[in-house]
Amino acid sequence: MSATLRVGKGAPYARIMGVGGYRPTRVVPNEEILKYIDSSDEWIRSRSGIVTRHWADEDETVAEMAIAASGKAIADAGITAEQVDAVVVSTVSHFLQTPSVATVIAHRLGAGTPAAFDISAACAGFGYGLTVGKGLIVDGSAEHVLVIGVERLSDLTDKEDRSTAFLFGDGAGAVVLGPAQEPSMGPTVWGSEGDKADVIAQTVPWDRFRVGDLEGLPVDAEGQVKFPALRQEGQTVFRWAVFEMAKVAQQALDAAGITAKDLDVFIPHQANMRIIDSMVKTLKLPEHVAVARDIETTGNTSAASIPLAMERMLATGQAKSGDTALVIGFGAGLVYAATVVTLP
Amino acid sequence: MAATKEEIIEGLAEIVNEIAGIPTEEVTVEKSFTDDLDVDSLSMVEVVVAAEERFSVKIPDDDVKGLKTVGDAVGYIFDHQS
Repeated sequence: MSATLRVGKGAPYARIMGVGGYRPTRVVPNEEILKYIDSSDEWIRSRSGIVTRHWADEDETVAEMAIAASGKAIADAGITAEQVDAVVVSTVSHFLQTPSVATVIAHRLGAGTPAAFDISAACAGFGYGLTVGKGLIVDGSAEHVLVIGVERLSDLTDKEDRSTAFLFGDGAGAVVLGPAQEPSMGPTVWGSEGDKADVIAQTVPWDRFRVGDLEGLPVDAEGQVKFPALRQEGQTVFRWAVFEMAKVAQQALDAAGITAKDLDVFIPHQANMRIIDSMVKTLKLPEHVAVARDIETTGNTSAASIPLAMERMLATGQAKSGDTALVIGFGAGLVYAATVVTLP
Repeated sequence: MAATKEEIIEGLAEIVNEIAGIPTEEVTVEKSFTDDLDVDSLSMVEVVVAAEERFSVKIPDDDVKGLKTVGDAVGYIFDHQS
């Protein structure tokens, strides 16, 4: 006989209560990238819109950057670390397989014993985290959820690959989700297209680095085995990101029951300025919509890019609390997640 | 009804003008997209997607690499349009 189970008493809705970001101290201009690749500042700017990016120093680890961003998000939300019931971290550049970095971050924040885990959804990771967090709050498994996107992509950058050397940056962005009485997060339109798994990927799996199994690994000019890096098929990614993701973005608007006219802010994953510009055109966004262009000085920080851009837009007055924002992440998998949120 | 080669050139010229700002009269069959018309690899994707819509044709990424000149694109579209 199956017993009748009591279900959790969740909040009617969830909302973003606060946001915080951390950008590494060291700013890396295009000139520095040009030491490694045969290119030009003009070429990099015209292909990507990137002028500078931040690269983390040794002590700016994934955990340390995430802790810094989270502290700000918790303060911005007006809660204490002890009130966090779950910590969800999206990253692809934390190089200790287990335990999850989420447990370390939770402990260091003084959050007590919250649920804590990492997710792997590349540049869509922040949207995946938002979706999981919202579900936990509405179903009663958590009252406050800390969602973090953090990357040290400089560690996964082949500095001799002229198509990607200039692209990636490091940083952390975090939001606190909490209960709401009004709808403040629309449904997520998300998915994966595993048939395109090789379009963006790590060059070599870690287990190829076992001693005695080094044959066939990529090597540098001196014949030294290279650390794995991210590589991508630029044109294929561009086409998918602009034209397929514009459809997903539109579906997220439809799912939330609004149109582009109702939007105040558009925060796409900061992959490439050309993708952002082309998406804005394809989506026919009205002039009044503020568009995140944080990539210019931050580079592509994968899961961290959306919360970092959100934090900067709020800090600089490009966006304000209560604004309606469309966020969309997309990346290796290929995976994607789009949703409409009310800004904290 | 399938487009003629002249109509395809005209259509491509309008697309290249819209995307790269090149005057339509400069878009002629012997021109190279990258070397003569300032259409870089990402703009080329935009040109291809616009051409796909306009001429009801599918141009897979692998085939895009072979389209060096306007004439290459005209020929490809002419042969593959449905």
